[in-house]
Amino acid sequence: MKLTGSQIFLESLKKEKVEYIFGIPGGAIIDLHDEIYKQDDINFILTRHEQAAVHAADGYARSSGKPGVALLTSGPGATNGITGIATAYMDSIPLIVFTGQVPTPLIGNDAFQEADIVGMTRSCTKYNFLVKDAKDLARIIKKAFYIATTGRPGPVLIDFPKDVQVAKAEFSYPETIHLRGYNPTYHGNLKQIKKVVKAIASAKKPLLYVGGGTILSNASDELRKLAQKLRIPVFTTLMGIGAYPEDDDLSLGMAGMHGTYRANMAIQYCDLLISVGARFDDRITGKVSEFAPNAKVVHIDIDPTSISKNIHVDYPLVGDVKLVLKEMLPMFDEYNHVDWNEVRKQWFEQINKWKNEHKLAYEKEKKEILPQYVIEKLCEITKDDDPVITTEVGQHQMWVAQFYTFTKPRRFLTSGGLGTMGYGFPAGIGAQFAYPDKPVFVFAGDGSFQMNEQELATLIAYDKPVKVIILNNGFLGMVRQWQDLFYGKRYAATDIEVQPDFVKLAESYGIKARQIRKKSEVEEALIEMKEHKGPYILDAVIDREENVYPMVPAGAAISNMLLT
Amino acid sequence: MKRIFSITVENEAGVLSRVANLFSARGYNIESLNVAPINEENLSRMTIVTEGDEAILEQIGKQLNKLIDTIKVTEFGDVPFVEREMALIKMHTDLGTRAEVLRIVDIFRGKVVDVSPDSYTIEVTGDSGKIDAILSLLEPLGIKELARTGKVAMIRENKK
Repeated sequence: MKLTGSQIFLESLKKEKVEYIFGIPGGAIIDLHDEIYKQDDINFILTRHEQAAVHAADGYARSSGKPGVALLTSGPGATNGITGIATAYMDSIPLIVFTGQVPTPLIGNDAFQEADIVGMTRSCTKYNFLVKDAKDLARIIKKAFYIATTGRPGPVLIDFPKDVQVAKAEFSYPETIHLRGYNPTYHGNLKQIKKVVKAIASAKKPLLYVGGGTILSNASDELRKLAQKLRIPVFTTLMGIGAYPEDDDLSLGMAGMHGTYRANMAIQYCDLLISVGARFDDRITGKVSEFAPNAKVVHIDIDPTSISKNIHVDYPLVGDVKLVLKEMLPMFDEYNHVDWNEVRKQWFEQINKWKNEHKLAYEKEKKEILPQYVIEKLCEITKDDDPVITTEVGQHQMWVAQFYTFTKPRRFLTSGGLGTMGYGFPAGIGAQFAYPDKPVFVFAGDGSFQMNEQELATLIAYDKPVKVIILNNGFLGMVRQWQDLFYGKRYAATDIEVQPDFVKLAESYGIKARQIRKKSEVEEALIEMKEHKGPYILDAVIDREENVYPMVPAGAAISNMLLT
Repeated sequence: MKRIFSITVENEAGVLSRVANLFSARGYNIESLNVAPINEENLSRMTIVTEGDEAILEQIGKQLNKLIDTIKVTEFGDVPFVEREMALIKMHTDLGTRAEVLRIVDIFRGKVVDVSPDSYTIEVTGDSGKIDAILSLLEPLGIKELARTGKVAMIRENKK
């Protein structure tokens, strides 16, 4: 039987077990929406801005491990989505973004709401397609899901012209797909794995460097086994947070520009740095020439282009992190007679010394609210609830990374690579769709929150109990911090004290909200928020000029930390 | 360091743009680029001459491989290979220079492919050095117009 392009779209998405599509309709996608309207299997979630729709799909994907799907209209709808797509691209998140397009005969005519979205997104998608004929559609959708979710994941865009949405074609969904130019390497090279095993077993001061790839590959169990079997200390990147339990004694927390003293020092003194699904981003390495000067480097990554891109790697190992670690673990059995605690005694002595020096801290005596305190308190009162925490970008993001103790993967969602303000709130909404019964908390700055605050309407429309904590300092705080430290306190364009009354704003949508200004109110307010059944906005007015420490100035060596 | 990459790619819409984009987005330089379909269905071959240090060249190779439309990447580094390019050269000629132009064309085993009372159009093929050499000889005689292809290259078969 022949189906229209719109029907093929829906049938294909059902085959891919898609539950939710996030987006906003428009003229060039109206035919498809008419078809969505007629069925109940797939739910369309209407946001109030396309950027938020893509972030919501992204939050759904990061928290659930399933691909996220967004559906936007042509022209401005599609271009509004680009920030969301680029965010997912930088963090390797599997998304399939469909955009309406003007009818094929009009493409290239500068038609109303036409944009060359395929051209524009070429450098921020893993791949993209323009569907020219309804008979190609099912195959293209299959390819898109395959490309987005395999290898190093990433967003794929499908541009879907209006006339193709109504054209008819035979529907059959391909069971399998083979792309001759695309064959990710999953299994590590056995010889190379053996070399790495030997290097790890003979290292005196090894250190695990864990990135987002470990979470994408669902390799937390294997990682934990490796670290604990061989007693190797672990630090994560921002994207790797949650891959290893931060309450474990081997955890050193996050390293990098705002990393812990112990993690950054361990990098500088280790003799073997074992990178697992990380990419030696400049926020981790600082000055590359002085990064891990005493270490040989092992790099396990599914993307060969990540290896030796920023720093020289001694033991490259291309493959899926989970599979490589699985293959590696039994090879350590021949060292079962070794008492690793004994071997690492000196290394742990050194690390324990660092652990007790320059701990993450803040002033406990202040009457004003310090953001770190709010985060620690929330961590304390939610530790049995297994919540999903999302953040926006800036100071509050770093404080959450530092002061909330994450013990499981896919519980901390943040825009690491692109650093997109406006990500956290819609991503939290997406995560709430993935986990209707889990608590979702969004940490936001007042600046970030205002970049997608229109999504308060989405919360109410779908009755989602997302909780937002605005750590409100009336500044674009991270930029202000740089101005404070490196630009002679000249706060150019970072004072944003002119802001809405967030309580009234929330209430105008029918959302419960409260403002607090004193430290003594924090705990009680957080509990009230937690126990409230619906959505809740907590506007916590914090000390205006609190800075994030430690801080490694951009371009300095990673051990060159400003500590207070 | 100069390097020639030859890549076999799917003949998909946008593939040239993906390759070009890879170079521009990462700040790599393309010195010349040549694309044409090959004898296998739906495949094209691109020959790209680029420049960079060893680390950059390694990245370029990996990045080209990573493109979903890329089937195969061949790097012309240490192995012996044949490279060719072609030039079409339109010469101003008069009675005084016509004979000299023909002599030079003959020495370089070029061909005259179009003639008018005051011009010759010459076709010449060879490696870049040869093309550069004939151009430097013809230059003083009056080049009117020049069109030069990028390189194409192929690994030499093992002679045993």
